[in-house]
Amino acid sequence: MEDVVIRIVELKKSFENNRVLDGVNLEVERGKITVIIGKSGSGKSVLLKHIIGLMKPDSGEIWVDGVEITRLDESELNKMRTKFGVLFQEAALFDSMTIWENVAFPLIERTKMRKEEIKRIVDEKLEQVGLFGHDDKLPSEVSGGMKKRAGLARALVLDPPVVLFDEPTAGVDPVTALTILRLIQDTQRKLKKTYVIISHDIIGMFRIADKVAMLSGGKIIAYGTPEEIISMDVEEISQFLEAARIKEIGGKK
Amino acid sequence: MNLKEILKPLSRFVSELGMVGYLFFQCALLAFQRPLKIDYIVRQMEFVGVKSLPVVFLTGTFTGMVLALQSYYGFRKVGAEGLIGVTVALSMTRELGPVLTGLMVASRAGSAMAAEIGTMRVTEQIDALVVMALNPVKYLIVPRVIASFLMLPILTIIADVLGILGGYFVAVKLLDVGEGIFLNRMYRYLEFHDIYVGLVKAACFGIIFSLICCCKGFYAKGGAEGVGKATTEAVVASCVSILVSDYILTSLLF
Repeated sequence: MEDVVIRIVELKKSFENNRVLDGVNLEVERGKITVIIGKSGSGKSVLLKHIIGLMKPDSGEIWVDGVEITRLDESELNKMRTKFGVLFQEAALFDSMTIWENVAFPLIERTKMRKEEIKRIVDEKLEQVGLFGHDDKLPSEVSGGMKKRAGLARALVLDPPVVLFDEPTAGVDPVTALTILRLIQDTQRKLKKTYVIISHDIIGMFRIADKVAMLSGGKIIAYGTPEEIISMDVEEISQFLEAARIKEIGGKK
Repeated sequence: MNLKEILKPLSRFVSELGMVGYLFFQCALLAFQRPLKIDYIVRQMEFVGVKSLPVVFLTGTFTGMVLALQSYYGFRKVGAEGLIGVTVALSMTRELGPVLTGLMVASRAGSAMAAEIGTMRVTEQIDALVVMALNPVKYLIVPRVIASFLMLPILTIIADVLGILGGYFVAVKLLDVGEGIFLNRMYRYLEFHDIYVGLVKAACFGIIFSLICCCKGFYAKGGAEGVGKATTEAVVASCVSILVSDYILTSLLF
């Protein structure tokens, strides 16, 4: 089996004269955590939306499991999308449904499983993300961190081989961020799935990443393991590390 | 001002008309595609229909009452008070029942549709549906359009009946118009066709306002402000469209 799940070739996208992606090249390896780091507005979310087929590029190719997806029609795209689970930035839980119903929703709509089976899987996933006992609450009644965990449970519930994360630690406190990172790491180790995370949280992501790609100026300017990235002499990276460092406490590098 | 600026609102109008039309055809195709999502439709019917009862109740009753009062003022001058009953009945069934019901439900339920779907758009809930390989039009828009299409005629019947009762109360009980002549003229001149025309119009208004409001919400962008703007535009566009299409439908169904 080929060990590259997603291959992006010379991907370009502009919005009204603003070139957001300017020839992105990236390969995502199977069974690894790949983190795409970039500043706000560097086009990370746009890149993610291209991978899942929510946006069409101006030019370039995206290969998922050997299939070029930018020219697929909606029904073929839907087939491709069953390979993905997505955790959106604000979790994107349906606010008319409880946490439990949200996690059960893909199973109810996408499979022909019986009720007991669905209940077993949903309870198991909620247990996995530590939300068991909160399942009858509405998304508006729980904290941001809990929403993200519920979103993770929903993204994992159909057992997709690839899971995409849009800023999983944005907007939560550092302690909750760490719990979410551990959760991401634990589930990945246990389930051996391919995780693609986009984030600007460089310190947090270096803890869990197998591979890091730095997105800047619409291009991937650096790619490698976290250690390789740190040792690279690229200005954007040193800027990022410098900005994230707390001088008095963690000032050693 | 150059030509481009003058044509801008026109091109925007045409493109929005195109979006609504596109959604209409999608809805028409998806409505008959399994799974039918009956539970979603029933929930929307409750929201559009049952929850609109109080406002339709009040609107219908008071419209009928004021109609009786106004026509009494006019008819008394020529001694034709006996025609109040049929005037109220024809106005309610042919015109005011469907139109006022449409306007009230569009402002009440339509604004909620635009705001809800708009919020789902800006918080990526619609994207979440898409990446689950589920069609958001099927899940969000089709049930609302079907529910509005089915419930508006029913609400209109209620508004018609209450309006006529309100008119009866004002004319017969308050203004001492003869009960016999009020009812007799109404029976004689009100035809089934008049009621039918009103109900067809109501069903069309249901489709029009729900499509416009869902469309505005569906293509909303720009956070909370964008949703607010989409909601306002949705209600204004719905109400204007109801009034414009009312004339067209009336002249077609005359």
